[in-house]
Amino acid sequence: MEILGLSLGLLVLFVSFGFMVGVLFGFFGMGGSFLITPTLLLLDYPASVAIGSGLAFYFGTSVIAVLKHYDVGQVDYKLGAILFVVLSVGIELGSRLVFGLEALGIADLVTGVAYVVLLAGIGALFLRRAYNIDDEAAESDVADEEIPPIARKIQSYTVPPMISLSSGGRASAWTITGAGGSVGLISGLIGVGGGFIRMPAIYYLIGTPLTAAVGTSLFAGLFSGAFGTFTYGMSGSVDLTVVSLLLVGSALGARIGSAATTIVDEDEVIVYFGLMMVFASVGIGLSELANWLGTGALDLVSVLLLVGSSFVVASMILYQVFTSITEDDASTQPTPDSGD
Amino acid sequence: MIEATALSGPVQATLLVGAIFAQAVFLYAGYGVLGRVATSLLETITGT
Repeated sequence: MEILGLSLGLLVLFVSFGFMVGVLFGFFGMGGSFLITPTLLLLDYPASVAIGSGLAFYFGTSVIAVLKHYDVGQVDYKLGAILFVVLSVGIELGSRLVFGLEALGIADLVTGVAYVVLLAGIGALFLRRAYNIDDEAAESDVADEEIPPIARKIQSYTVPPMISLSSGGRASAWTITGAGGSVGLISGLIGVGGGFIRMPAIYYLIGTPLTAAVGTSLFAGLFSGAFGTFTYGMSGSVDLTVVSLLLVGSALGARIGSAATTIVDEDEVIVYFGLMMVFASVGIGLSELANWLGTGALDLVSVLLLVGSSFVVASMILYQVFTSITEDDASTQPTPDSGD
Repeated sequence: MIEATALSGPVQATLLVGAIFAQAVFLYAGYGVLGRVATSLLETITGT
């Protein structure tokens, strides 16, 4: 049986996968499009469609995130507007590169390798963070409003034109262009929203306080997501059915994941998030190996590693929410002799 | 796949962005209403 051109199995897979990604996004604050694109690649969607649909999904989740955080606190609107322009240029260049690579027949290989490196790198960073979690907890009390030393060092190079930041500092337009353009290029090349690299780039390279970096990243990301969707939409490289099904699941999952942050301690599950990224990287690596060897034997293992690992981590969060709620209920129940 | 191949590229892309935006707003509002209804229903059932 087919609905909207998809088998019932695929339809359920997309909604449930969107739900899992939404739970992870709501809990960890990451867009999740870096899980969508490789999954579509594993399901044999062309690279441009996988990337375009990943960006479109990111745009949809960004809209929901902005609606949820309409009071995002500190947003540097001028920096956000400049970033939107340079991000858009980067995305455009990245998408042209993808179409060029497709013409050469190596787009799948390049995006696959880029994903293996990126996911393994993020996974390693999260595992390192989990390992050093006690040290970071001691530092985090003073970190929010401060500018990191590396950003101060970069800001000390006053190459004109200089741009005033809402935090009071100044950054060279070249730094903003370089940081934003690079993030945009990566977004356009591999189809990720780039929040997980954009926010650190604003914080560490441009040098805004952490709270402003989060808000400004969200603001710029919304528009760059729309631009990425438009760019790939021009060539019909966005599968609206897939994106819609993913959004149906992720909008619900994000609400639950966001609510879970008040119940579940992030420090307890962050190590699993790091492992999930590493497993996803191995899954894509195996898929590339299978393509190279000309066999589909490893495809199932790849899908299981990619989808399975995210399913396990999302399930752990949901399980911890469930146990917390049942424990709370049990503690509020009167015991037989409580009235004595 | 939902397609609108009769339209030109820019129009198709603009409609696509608008459709995703509208869907995201609808889902956000829809799940919000659903959440409130479910909460009040649960409170009614449990009598809290």
